[in-house]
Amino acid sequence: MPDGQEVHYGDYVQDDRVHKAVYADQAVYESELDNIFHKKWIYIGHESQVPNPGDYWTTWVGKERMIMSRGSDGAVHVLYNRCPHRGSLICNNEHGNAGKAFRCAYHAWQFYMDGSVRQVPMKQGYDGVIDYKDPQFSMVRAERQGNYRGFIFASLSTEGEDLETYLGQGARAAFDDICNRSPQGEAEIVANCFRIIQHSNWKIFLENQLDAVHPSITHHSTGDAAAAMQKKYKDKTGDDAPMGYQFLADFTLPFEKWDSLQTVGFPNGHTQLTGYMGLRPRDPVTLAHEAALTDAYGAERMDEILSTNVHHVIVYPCLSVQPPLQQLRAVRPLGPNKTLTEIWHFRLKGAPDGIYERALAYYYHVNSPSTMVNADDLNNFRAIQEGLAMVGGGDWVSLHRNAGQDTVDNGVTHSVTGMSEMPMRNMFAAWKQFMTEGN
Amino acid sequence: MAAIFSVETQLAVERFLYRQAEIVDDREWDAWLALFAEDGKYWMPATADQEVADGQPNIFYEDLFLMEMRIKRVCHPYAHSQAPTQRLSRVVSNVIIESEDGATGDIVVRSKFHLVEYRLDDQRYFGGKYRHHLKQTDDGYRIQLQRVDIANVEGPFGYVLQTWL
Repeated sequence: MPDGQEVHYGDYVQDDRVHKAVYADQAVYESELDNIFHKKWIYIGHESQVPNPGDYWTTWVGKERMIMSRGSDGAVHVLYNRCPHRGSLICNNEHGNAGKAFRCAYHAWQFYMDGSVRQVPMKQGYDGVIDYKDPQFSMVRAERQGNYRGFIFASLSTEGEDLETYLGQGARAAFDDICNRSPQGEAEIVANCFRIIQHSNWKIFLENQLDAVHPSITHHSTGDAAAAMQKKYKDKTGDDAPMGYQFLADFTLPFEKWDSLQTVGFPNGHTQLTGYMGLRPRDPVTLAHEAALTDAYGAERMDEILSTNVHHVIVYPCLSVQPPLQQLRAVRPLGPNKTLTEIWHFRLKGAPDGIYERALAYYYHVNSPSTMVNADDLNNFRAIQEGLAMVGGGDWVSLHRNAGQDTVDNGVTHSVTGMSEMPMRNMFAAWKQFMTEGN
Repeated sequence: MAAIFSVETQLAVERFLYRQAEIVDDREWDAWLALFAEDGKYWMPATADQEVADGQPNIFYEDLFLMEMRIKRVCHPYAHSQAPTQRLSRVVSNVIIESEDGATGDIVVRSKFHLVEYRLDDQRYFGGKYRHHLKQTDDGYRIQLQRVDIANVEGPFGYVLQTWL
């Protein structure tokens, strides 16, 4: 009864609560891959990850193993990581340079970076049998591929909105805000990917990213320790502690501060948290950045760019982006209770070195495998998942905080407080739409 | 042929490394901080072939201030991901002194470690190599730089590393 089942998935999402099955049920998870990850636009990587011909990086789109490659003509391609001959993975390494061609380790079929056949060994066995131009003998390209300001996405469906329409104003802001901060309008990825396995559902991570109630509670220990050491550093050295200390101390801001932030919900589940750090102190680095942007764009535009204070953007369903800190975390579901995050950061082309050092400090303190921040999030995520996997003990997850108080204007939802659970409700509105549309 | 160092030097260096292993396994935090020179650093690079720490991503790169912050954090009553804390047990071996400064007595020494970590019904296993730059002082060796290369450096981490390996 496919019809009955689709209605069922929709019923899991109510205005102010969701059923625990959306996090813990294998069948729901499989349906999410079909209806969301294998249909919508999913982030693959940044074009600067593959600067030279023959470069490649591998990643996941739902259950599919994908390759992003750079051809000899400079074009970037997104391919399924599968040999058309007998089906083996072509690239077994996470990244590398394949030279002129991918070469399958099994029978040495070779493919250009766009997936077309370059060479087949002992080809007399195929003379008069196959035509190498027949697409069934090429590596398969992603059904659709798109590039927004250097950020490469793929959709494994031939149908649906184009990338820019899908991202809309809400998600495009993530990439615009990174790139606009560069005097050259471009970001360049730092070729280091920290990978963390979360023992929890992919949605729990996205929800947590815009949950402004949890930081002062979950990260209490780290905020206190950082604030204490910030003072000790100053006392002992006479200098202000490095900015990283403030990043950590900020996790225990008073609730009034979290309350003053804004959350904004956009169509397709894209959601923003605005305000927060500001990141525009009067230090020499920021002043040099202002001067570089003024040279490039004029004072008015510089002020407009640096006044943009979008702290965090969820690009649904696959990314958490922190534009002013040049951080990006890609979400790769591996099962209902297992999620891989790929964590990256960026340089802004033409910006002062200190701006990169700020991003690097955040990457270290918040996003590295030794982070004192995500250690506590991961502990929560595991505990949440284990609680949600129970049969008894209650069926629903509450998203009631400030429910019914959101205002909607032209499809854009605003919360009444930064601590509202509107971001979760906005993401689930898209979830419900994606899981039930076309049925 | 590699240089041969005195038995006394070999023994003193080995004892220092074994004692460090015991200190971090047993969470003797004051003793841990006292192992390092005032400007000493603990460094775990993000890739196997990384040559410098500054200005690049690292897994750990901490001076005494950041180490003390980490200690304050894991000892904080609300450090819920440290309740229960992890239990650590390591073996340090293959201690090979690379150089001894004839004038100062400073040492560069490499070694291997195997480490199990247990927390919440789950056991993890780490292996890798240490490379210590030890400064000779009136009060014995102090760590100028400890480089830690874990075998799974580029791999995905099941959960994060809350204290030093």
